[in-house]
Amino acid sequence: MTALLELDGLSKSFGGVRAVKGLSFAVEDGEILGLIGPNGAGKSTLFNLINGVFMPDSGRLRFRGLDITGTPPHRVAKHGLARTHQIVQPLEAMTVIENCMVGACFGRENLPRAQALDTAREAAVFVGLEDRLETTAAHLTIAGKKRLELARALAAQPILLLLDEVLAGLNPTEIAHMIGVIRRLRERGITILMIEHLMQAIMSLSDRIVVLNSGQKLAEGAPAAIANDPAVIEAYLGDPALARELQQGSGDERRAP
Amino acid sequence: MRGGAPGGSAKHAAIVRRPFFWIIALVIAAFAVAPLLGNDVELRESLLLAAVYITLASNLNIMLGYAGYVNFGSIVFFGLGGYLCIYLMGSPGWPLVAAILVAGAGVSLLALLFGLGILRLRGAYFALGTIGVNEAVQAFVSNFDPWGGSSGIYLSTELFQALGGPMQALWSIYFLLVAVMGLSLYLSYAIKSSKFGLGLLAIGQNEDAAAVLGVPTALYKALAYSASAFLPAIAGGLYFFKSAFIQPTDAFDLTFSTEAIVIIMLGGQGTIIGPVLGGYFYEELRGWLLTSETFSHFQLVVAGVLLLLIVLFLPGGLMGWLHGRWPKLRRVLE
Amino acid sequence: MSGLFASIIDGVLVGSVYGLAAMGLTLIWGVTDVVNLTHGSAIVAGMFGLYLLTSTGVPPYATLPLILVGGFLVGLLLYWICVHRVIGRPPLMSLLSTFSVNLVLIGLGTAVWGTALFNVPVALPSVSWQRYTFPGTHILAAVLTAAIAGCLYVFLHRTRLGKAIRAVANNRGAAELVGIPTTQVLSLAFGLGVALAGVSGMLIATLFPFTLLSGDAYQLKSFVVIVLGGLGNPTGALLGGIALGLVEGLSTPFMPVSWTLVIEFVLFVIVLIAYPNGLLAPRRA
Repeated sequence: MTALLELDGLSKSFGGVRAVKGLSFAVEDGEILGLIGPNGAGKSTLFNLINGVFMPDSGRLRFRGLDITGTPPHRVAKHGLARTHQIVQPLEAMTVIENCMVGACFGRENLPRAQALDTAREAAVFVGLEDRLETTAAHLTIAGKKRLELARALAAQPILLLLDEVLAGLNPTEIAHMIGVIRRLRERGITILMIEHLMQAIMSLSDRIVVLNSGQKLAEGAPAAIANDPAVIEAYLGDPALARELQQGSGDERRAP
Repeated sequence: MRGGAPGGSAKHAAIVRRPFFWIIALVIAAFAVAPLLGNDVELRESLLLAAVYITLASNLNIMLGYAGYVNFGSIVFFGLGGYLCIYLMGSPGWPLVAAILVAGAGVSLLALLFGLGILRLRGAYFALGTIGVNEAVQAFVSNFDPWGGSSGIYLSTELFQALGGPMQALWSIYFLLVAVMGLSLYLSYAIKSSKFGLGLLAIGQNEDAAAVLGVPTALYKALAYSASAFLPAIAGGLYFFKSAFIQPTDAFDLTFSTEAIVIIMLGGQGTIIGPVLGGYFYEELRGWLLTSETFSHFQLVVAGVLLLLIVLFLPGGLMGWLHGRWPKLRRVLE
Repeated sequence: MSGLFASIIDGVLVGSVYGLAAMGLTLIWGVTDVVNLTHGSAIVAGMFGLYLLTSTGVPPYATLPLILVGGFLVGLLLYWICVHRVIGRPPLMSLLSTFSVNLVLIGLGTAVWGTALFNVPVALPSVSWQRYTFPGTHILAAVLTAAIAGCLYVFLHRTRLGKAIRAVANNRGAAELVGIPTTQVLSLAFGLGVALAGVSGMLIATLFPFTLLSGDAYQLKSFVVIVLGGLGNPTGALLGGIALGLVEGLSTPFMPVSWTLVIEFVLFVIVLIAYPNGLLAPRRA
């Protein structure tokens, strides 16, 4: 049984800076894998490598057993891999439903336009944008744009979803809503690889965690184990508050049913 | 498309049933009938130019208004189409319809090849690249002896006999140009309502995000560039057949493509009826300025001032203004 | 062979002036994010500045400071007319707004002067070295270019104002946060860029005859130079100019002049596709 996504010795440098160094791990079918690490650890670069925005210097990427190393983003999307951006990228002048239709039309199903409308609407409703279907993306609030980002990726009907800090910048109510959405996504059988700085959230959501530091894998394992890993705590030592949060977060996990 | 599009697939297939289809038909009918009432040759000539402007602007809009790429040298399609058509009608003696169709197809194919190259450039670089394409083609044609080099090609006016004599031929060319204009509008409409159009609009908004969502950006841009070449090339063939003469300085005159940009911005970029409004008003304005002693030398100055004012104060053009004023109009007038 | 050598040296001399023009364009691009399509008109304005001033009796090289100051003021004016309102809007808008002003300027110019060829005779002794002779105007143009480029470098790197310009180019938002009046800096950079274009036009007019429509060709050259030298990099622009001058120097003995522009354009496209950040630009993310 091969994993859904396998990273094998992935490396990428910019100028003299090695952003990702010989990184290997796997995302199993159906899980939520959390990706954490201090700022500049190479998390977003990794996403850009996975979905083909950047070409890795070395290493291989396999998605559902298929080698997708160096495949351009638009083809990666067709394989059933969708993502959100840390800095939201709405198609500003288009409405919410149109944004989602782009996802539906050009995603995994490659739907004709007429059928894309229903899928698009369903995705928008799923994230709670049902009142905003005809709103122009530029006129959404930040929280709305974050939801749109997710809805658009969802409309592509992905097998694997890469979430890049979908909770950042949201207020507690919005965070709770978004966490609910992510949980329901997993129930639908979508595998998720997510970057998140909110420790409490990612510790309670994830089945497993991979910790990155300076482009390398520092640790990998269940949230509880990660939270007590001395190497991880040391990596966060520059940020003791975060280290404390890390441990509290795993506490939540234990209490959760 | 702005929310007015019906969702059901059965309804969707029949573009004919949408009101906008008939609005375009009305525009075409008005162009066809107006000069016939009272056999008004002067009106016909003015409308002929308007039809050419609308054709150029409407096709340019596919790149500029949908995909967000400025093509400053779109006239190269018109000029090359003219050359191919005139050349084929000359020594090989092809009939008009065959010549314009081959001109359209040939220029489209060439545009696809050019497009795959220069569309790897983005934004301003692409815009400059398009000026370069026009310069390069003009330099090539000026040195290309089979096409008469810089002195161009003359056609025998005898060829008008095939269309029933010069008088009748002018009417036929006019109707053909109006048909080309109509096809341009339907092409714009069909693209905008299609998946292809959705992809182009996404590229126009944010090309990187579009690619991540799965839009094959390079292919789509090249296809749009090529599609926007077909009808202008045919219009070029008809236009230069009318004067039975073509030379590089006329065929690749950047004034024409500049005016096409002004027309799009005046009417409203990315809309289908915008180029019609823009083309009609611009041609009216031009006709009025040409009769004025002082302004006849200042055609480009007026175009420039107009463009500047639109960009600064009315970036949505006339359609943007109408849509802002009466939001319900969005559903009817696209 | 000796002809080729002379041609290469001359190419370097003339190319440095192209580099000066491109410095103006790249300065504006780097600081304001606006691609200034009035650049060609600014060059032509410098040419006609030389023509008009010398016809009233001003010595040719004495027009340089006048054109520098005049160009700066015109640039400020252009900024407020066609750039200020489109700062931060989609790039399409600034392209179209500067393009439209270019149309107006060229249209007005042709209405007054037509499109005839102008020539400003500049009497300067040639310089001979061994078997080669180089026109004095070409040498002086290159020397003046080097001097102006040097001043610009010192201004940008050693003065408060210059540092403010570079700060705005780097990150406008951050510059604003630390209290740099960005609007003034943007207009200043635009004025400076237009002044450089004007002076380069004046220097080009001491070398070659010109028409009112020469601007487009030199504008394209400036873009080729920027592409060679890397965007927003004035020093690179000077090197890029010299590189373009070399290309011209090497190609003119072998092909008709009407093809020069086509070759430069093909170069432009090829370099852009192969090196999207510019040939001489440092490689970065």
